[in-house]
Amino acid sequence: MTDYRPPLRDIKFVLEHVVGLDDIAALPDFEHVDRDLSFTVLDEAGRFMADRIAPTNQVGDAEGAIHHDDGRVTLPKEIRSAYQEYVAAGWNAVKAPMEYGGHGFPTSVGIGVMEMLTTANMAFSLCPMLTASAILALQHHGTEEQKAIYLEKLISGEWTGTMDLTEPQAGSDVGALTTKAEPQDDGTYRITGTKIFITWGEHDVADNIIHLVLARTPGAPPGTKGISLFIVPKYLVNADGSIGERNDVNCVSIEHKIGIHASPTCVLSYGDNAGAVGYLVGAENQGMRAMFTMMNDARLHVGLEGLGVAERSYQQALEYAQERRQGRAIGAPKTESSPIIDHPDVRRMLMTMKANIEAMRALMYDNAAALDWAEHGVDDEQRQRGAARAALLTPLAKGWGTDLGVELTSIGIQIHGGMGYVEETGSAQIWRDSRIAPIYEGTNGIQAIDLVLRKLPMDGGKVVASYFDEIDALDGPLGAAGLDSIRERLAAGLAVLRKATDWIGSRDDVNDALAAATPYARMFGIVAGGYYMAKAALAAHSALGSANGDAGFYAAKVTTAQFYAEQILPQADGLLAASTAPSDSLFAIEPEALRG
Amino acid sequence: MRIAVCVKQIPDPATPYELDPDSHYVVRPNDQVLDDTDRYGVEVALQLAEATEGSVTLVSMSPSGNLQGIRQALAMGADKAVIVDDESLRGSDSLTTAKVLAGAIQREGFDLVIAGTESTDGYTGVVPQQVAELLDVPSLSFAKKVELAEDGAVRIERQTAAGYDVVQSAVPVLVTVTSGVVEPRYPTFKGIMQAKSKPVDTLGCGDVGVSPTTTQTIQAVEPVPAREAGEIVEDDGEGYAKIVAMLEQVKVI
Ligand SMILES: Cc1cc2nc3c(=O)[nH]c(=O)nc-3n(C[C@H](O)[C@H](O)[C@H](O)COP(=O)(O)OP(=O)(O)OC[C@H]3O[C@@H](n4cnc5c(N)ncnc54)[C@H](O)[C@@H]3O)c2cc1C
Ligand SMILES: Cc1cc2nc3c(=O)[nH]c(=O)nc-3n(C[C@H](O)[C@H](O)[C@H](O)COP(=O)(O)OP(=O)(O)OC[C@H]3O[C@@H](n4cnc5c(N)ncnc54)[C@H](O)[C@@H]3O)c2cc1C
Repeated sequence: MTDYRPPLRDIKFVLEHVVGLDDIAALPDFEHVDRDLSFTVLDEAGRFMADRIAPTNQVGDAEGAIHHDDGRVTLPKEIRSAYQEYVAAGWNAVKAPMEYGGHGFPTSVGIGVMEMLTTANMAFSLCPMLTASAILALQHHGTEEQKAIYLEKLISGEWTGTMDLTEPQAGSDVGALTTKAEPQDDGTYRITGTKIFITWGEHDVADNIIHLVLARTPGAPPGTKGISLFIVPKYLVNADGSIGERNDVNCVSIEHKIGIHASPTCVLSYGDNAGAVGYLVGAENQGMRAMFTMMNDARLHVGLEGLGVAERSYQQALEYAQERRQGRAIGAPKTESSPIIDHPDVRRMLMTMKANIEAMRALMYDNAAALDWAEHGVDDEQRQRGAARAALLTPLAKGWGTDLGVELTSIGIQIHGGMGYVEETGSAQIWRDSRIAPIYEGTNGIQAIDLVLRKLPMDGGKVVASYFDEIDALDGPLGAAGLDSIRERLAAGLAVLRKATDWIGSRDDVNDALAAATPYARMFGIVAGGYYMAKAALAAHSALGSANGDAGFYAAKVTTAQFYAEQILPQADGLLAASTAPSDSLFAIEPEALRG
Repeated sequence: MRIAVCVKQIPDPATPYELDPDSHYVVRPNDQVLDDTDRYGVEVALQLAEATEGSVTLVSMSPSGNLQGIRQALAMGADKAVIVDDESLRGSDSLTTAKVLAGAIQREGFDLVIAGTESTDGYTGVVPQQVAELLDVPSLSFAKKVELAEDGAVRIERQTAAGYDVVQSAVPVLVTVTSGVVEPRYPTFKGIMQAKSKPVDTLGCGDVGVSPTTTQTIQAVEPVPAREAGEIVEDDGEGYAKIVAMLEQVKVI
């Protein structure tokens, strides 16, 4: 695997020109933040991730997590020491609240740190990512006492967190879970049941693990209305904050997986003996509310995995394409073979990677910025607008982003030819790692449904309509800048997207919307990507006039946006038919007949 | 112990730079980074300062820009920085650089001066020795290990072709360190935040008692000549002799 070069210029460009970091840094909650400082934070984070985390990626994959008979799970020593360094440097705490030792930085800066961590080692990144989810849940729903006991140590990284939803019969359908929580006289609960697929559910990189477990209290209503959230620490915590007795939660086994080998995926059993002690978070039957608090954040972070793997794969492929010589490009000297980057087809693969990566990054950072507005806006209007935008973009960041993660890392392998298929180069690992992201944290099928059934109807369709208007509003500036191909293709993409949106909104049969969901979500992602690329092109175009030493960088931004507009955006047209086809055609064949 | 560390802000080696078409000087971008080789000196200084409850002052001559490179060293833990930024120093040669640095160091007061062996962008490798001479202190060079001797002297292991020499000197003294002498620490988030409010004094030539005289101008910049095709020696049994003759001719054997 080649060295990881943090794409700091691209990240800063997006923050400065697409996301409007300066406006966010100007919010009263971010008095301690400014652009220069944020960029310094990103520079140092990038250096750290490249030097200390990225080198653990391959050993993490080769050795992986190991489950022992006594229930312990151990990780390669490189991963353990990288974790210690990571938390000691304070990278776990970038956007956590300051009153509990966090640095209180915006999510839009935190996402840059998280992107680089994820790109450096995706399996490793899942541990801090889940801890961040646990922090959010407790911050918003925990009692003062619970916050006092857990937050500081989760933020410092001394302890880690997990999210325990899935059970054998309850995956996409969280409401089907059956883990039980019996109230005790002392106000605690006893948890019994089994959870599967729990990421970083057991490990030896930190002293304690705080499981956030969804379970049902006796007599709770069926489905998601009867789910409550509990803190179940691996070790109980004494009144003085020190670690006490071992709780009755055990790791029965870990899964053997396609990728992310350094992320232990655990079967956890609660209450084999005395019953696991659990502490209720919020009120009984309000567990899903807490889940929704974390969901936007967690889904964006999984989306980021799509970006991260694609970036790493691109860097690797780009380097290989410059070294590998094969065949003779048209016009090359007769005596030597050409680097494969000189072949049009290879160039197209690289451009496809680059353009999609830039589009994804912009959408995801905009999503992060929307979360900042939602939480830190100065009035209700700002906060509501931010929340609505984040809600709209989240299924795109997760679904479109992680689908692209798989596709682009596959292209990364293709650029390597046969060497891509052997493990030695590392490009195979990146692709294997990428494959989980469309599955967990709500499958991409579920994301598409979330988009069409929950997000499009928000505020009577006004949220999506105003996003479309924003895209429309670029028409004038693009024309004025002479960026005609971008202007034309973006307008055409928006037109088909509006058509499909109207069609979905007009159907009475919900099954039609469900049938159209996935191609529609893809189309939406492609057009949204075109919007961000157009914004980037406009910013780069105006910067070109005043560029000092950076002209090549800005010119490449414009060209990449043109490539996206001319060669990727038109794919939206091709998705119109599937996005507007009633469900009948999908069900026309009986399951028996599908066998052929 | 009062420790001064000479650190350079340089254009990020990862991004392409441009030459000014008239002067042929590198166009210094606003964003410059701390020369990676200087991280070793900073780390050594921090360790010695921690051991002696001393202080670490960064000394630099460069266009300030947004001070990003200096802040990087402050984020590692240095206490303050002095930067000499004067338009008249543009294109200075190594002796002028040394005079400026020596002037700034003298002004601050010091027991120990630490510098890198050679910078990543200029790599003349002579500035530190010139600084030592101007400060009238001994110079211990090529340190692959730096420690304090019992009597407060500074003892180093000087890297040589054959191994290393152990050399020692009482303070005040100047030491140049090699890359790899220690593992430079990564700034912590806290360190980055603190660096924002650490003092950075910006001085001009007059403050350090130097009046620059431009002694060098760059007449022209030519691209590196393309690599010439190699010569193929066909082995007819006596090929080795031809190769030996060729190697002798280019004086590598
Ligand atoms: C490596 C790994 C790590 C994980 N980490 C965690 C974790 O930390 N915590 C945790 O709680 N869980 C975790 N999971 C579980 C993960 O979230 C679930 O696997 C995921 O939600 C899908 O559930 P499932 O596997 O039961 O698939 P199913 O729900 O059985 O889905 C199978 C297929 O049917 C589709 N489908 C299902 N329902 C519908 C529907 N209503 N409409 C349309 N299509 C539908 C899905 O999209 C999918 O394509 C992890 C899983 C893996 C593999
Ligand atoms: C306003 C201004 C403009 C300049 N413009 C240019 C330019 O356009 N092009 C260009 O190439 N150089 C420029 N310089 C830099 C200057 O010319 C060099 O610092 C000097 O010529 C010799 O440095 P060297 O890198 O060869 O030192 P070396 O002897 O190789 O460096 C060894 C060690 O000495 C110390 N050191 C060296 N130089 C400095 C310094 N400047 N500050 C602090 N510590 C130092 C470091 O510890 C370094 O590791 C400029 C400087 C200033 C102030």
